[in-house]
Amino acid sequence: MKTVFERTEGLKDNETHYCPGCTHGIIHRLVAETLEELGALERTVGVASVGCSVLAYDYFNCDMTQAAHGRAPAVATGIKRVLPDDRLVFTYQGDGDLASIGMGEIVHSAARSENITVIFVNNAIYGMTGGQMAPTSLIGQKTATSPGGRTPRAQGLPIRVSEMLATLDGSTYIERVSTHNVPHIIKAKKAIRKAFETQEKQQGFSLIEVLSTCPTNWGLTPEESLDWVRDEMIPYYPLGIYKDIRKEREGV
Amino acid sequence: MKQELIIAGFGGQGVMSMGQLLAYAAMKEGKEVSWLPSYGPEQRGGTANVSVVISDSKFGSPVIDRPTSLIALNNPSFQKFEPSVKEGGEIFINEDLVTVQSGRKDITVHLIPALTVANELNEQRTAGMVILGAFITKTGILKAESLLSALTYLLGTKKDHLIPVNRQAILRGEKIIRKALSSIN
Amino acid sequence: MGKVLMKGNEVIGEAAIHAGCVYFFGYPITPQSELVAYMAKRLPEVNGLFLQAESEVAAINMVYGAASAGVRVMTSSSSPGFSLKQEGISYLAGAELPAVIVNIGRGGPGLGNIQPAQSDYFQVTKGGGHGDYYTPVLAPSTLQEIIELTSEAFRIADDYRTPVILLGDGMLGQMMEPVEFRDIKEKEFKEKEWATSGTEGDGPPRVITSLDLSDIKLEERNNRLQEKYSKIKKQEIKVESLYTEDAEHIVIAYGTVARMVQSAIEKAREEGMKIGLIRPVTLWPFPSEVISRISEDVKGILAVEMSAGQMVEDVRLAVEGKTPVSFYGRTGGVIPSVEEIYEAIKKLGKGVTA
Repeated sequence: MKTVFERTEGLKDNETHYCPGCTHGIIHRLVAETLEELGALERTVGVASVGCSVLAYDYFNCDMTQAAHGRAPAVATGIKRVLPDDRLVFTYQGDGDLASIGMGEIVHSAARSENITVIFVNNAIYGMTGGQMAPTSLIGQKTATSPGGRTPRAQGLPIRVSEMLATLDGSTYIERVSTHNVPHIIKAKKAIRKAFETQEKQQGFSLIEVLSTCPTNWGLTPEESLDWVRDEMIPYYPLGIYKDIRKEREGV
Repeated sequence: MKQELIIAGFGGQGVMSMGQLLAYAAMKEGKEVSWLPSYGPEQRGGTANVSVVISDSKFGSPVIDRPTSLIALNNPSFQKFEPSVKEGGEIFINEDLVTVQSGRKDITVHLIPALTVANELNEQRTAGMVILGAFITKTGILKAESLLSALTYLLGTKKDHLIPVNRQAILRGEKIIRKALSSIN
Repeated sequence: MGKVLMKGNEVIGEAAIHAGCVYFFGYPITPQSELVAYMAKRLPEVNGLFLQAESEVAAINMVYGAASAGVRVMTSSSSPGFSLKQEGISYLAGAELPAVIVNIGRGGPGLGNIQPAQSDYFQVTKGGGHGDYYTPVLAPSTLQEIIELTSEAFRIADDYRTPVILLGDGMLGQMMEPVEFRDIKEKEFKEKEWATSGTEGDGPPRVITSLDLSDIKLEERNNRLQEKYSKIKKQEIKVESLYTEDAEHIVIAYGTVARMVQSAIEKAREEGMKIGLIRPVTLWPFPSEVISRISEDVKGILAVEMSAGQMVEDVRLAVEGKTPVSFYGRTGGVIPSVEEIYEAIKKLGKGVTA
């Protein structure tokens, strides 16, 4: 019998705690497959953040360290800087973690062009704490802490992280992708692979922003959630490559 | 023997370095020594002072409440520390810059025309060495040679051309204090 | 190697390098900035790494990362910045990661000032961050002692997998004294099998975390921490006693203040007063037993601090009412003078307690 699908070596044989319809599971798999394909699992250290992906260390089949809320890029910096260059270090962070409490750490890691890879999962809401407003929540979006819908005047405007970090000279590769359908998932995988290859080649800071779903806290079905990414999120957060200076960084 | 010395003046007058020279020389003579600066914004242009304790035996506090000696390089420093000098203590002042006088009868004030001498030597920066020369001669706490070797070390090879003029400055300070003492006796 | 004249802050840096620590993540703050500058210059010379972080928060988390990767690592700050590091220190304690954190204390609260103070005693000895944890705290009083205690700090950190605090104050950091770095034996560090440095195919992946969603599991973790703390209390207490054999009264002080106290005691002894000094070298674990024992034999104890009275609470807990305990302190960066301490000692003899 021909095997058409199997578990990636990059993930442990554990059931995840993610809600039905949440795309964290897909993104985990994309990262894990990439590490497996690069033959890097045994020389990778991942940094889990705080939020829904706090237990990422139960899933990724490589050495994992869990960081304080928002501090994953600083922790990754510490790990990366003291280990041999062949080690791959990545962080896996949500929007509250990276773009709110951890904004300082991500900006400065990018500015230093830390040779790490950041997987930034943007689902426009705080998941773990129960659906509060995130820095990336959209205008009009109703959350536990913006019950009347987010307004520019009261809660300010959503942050486009990829665009912002792309302005920093230190950023080498930044791309925004989505997981709302299969073609985009395939694209996301390619982007993630490019990001890790950037690190492999010592070219500096790479970040992939992955638009993701949160059916539970959005109050939508899994299918409606995928549509919401397409219809609401992507218009505000356009997909594409925001920074790619890998060539310039060759041999740097 | 133990000396508890405060050196005080404007930032930039070399207060800290004078203290450092003494501390280094004391270390080389095998003495116990501590160097404690006033630090922070004061260093940048305001008044600065450093406390140097030199002793033949181990001591506790590096903080000096009642100095046995004071080197005052300007009026505010003199006014600030003169009252705290220990009974029987000594003050060495840069006569060219300190114009106020002490009313105390229980201490000795030595007037050193340090700037005048330094100008005569064509090296204004040696004013501090003139006073230090007077200080070590009067107190006998350190040898002039130790001070010079400290200077040689701290100046480094790039500035070793400054050694001879500094040696002269120390000797001039020594001469001034000896002359003053003999005229008293 | 003969004696060299160095600033306290620089001595800490060189001592860390001698203890095998070549990784330092820092952030400038007076009065510890010389340490940061020293490491920036010195670490590249020994193939180490100095990195100036964007904040104290980032620095302590870089330390967390480096410690989890298995190396000896240090950061330093002064009071306001040390407060910012508390989150990271709690995580280090929870995840059982070894690291050395230096606090060169200054006047507080708030921005306070940059003069020496000991008002972070509560913060360093009672955990400081959230959760049930302690950190060993070493408090040198001379520059030579910095060398010994920095090395000890790294040993304790590794032996027990715990963050360790090296506590000084602005005076200790800024002053110079001759010090001697004695020949260091080539140290063999135990391999840290738990470190997340890439498995290299040798066994299953490792995890560093302070999270246990199960209450029972977290309690188990906490119990394990408490056992570790008991062991540290049994094995790592350091205290210095001076003139205590015939003492009728005892003064207790730590760090730089102990030096002013020593001078004041020597003055009092010249006057015939039988005064002894107890200097806790480890503030946590606190030398409670030594103090408890001596409190049975003396007429009174005086605690002297550059604070409004923090260590004195631990002294009272140790004394358990067996002898009167009085306190003398100055705050805000004012250094208590030998004269003032001497006056406080004289009151002891008259049975006056503050």
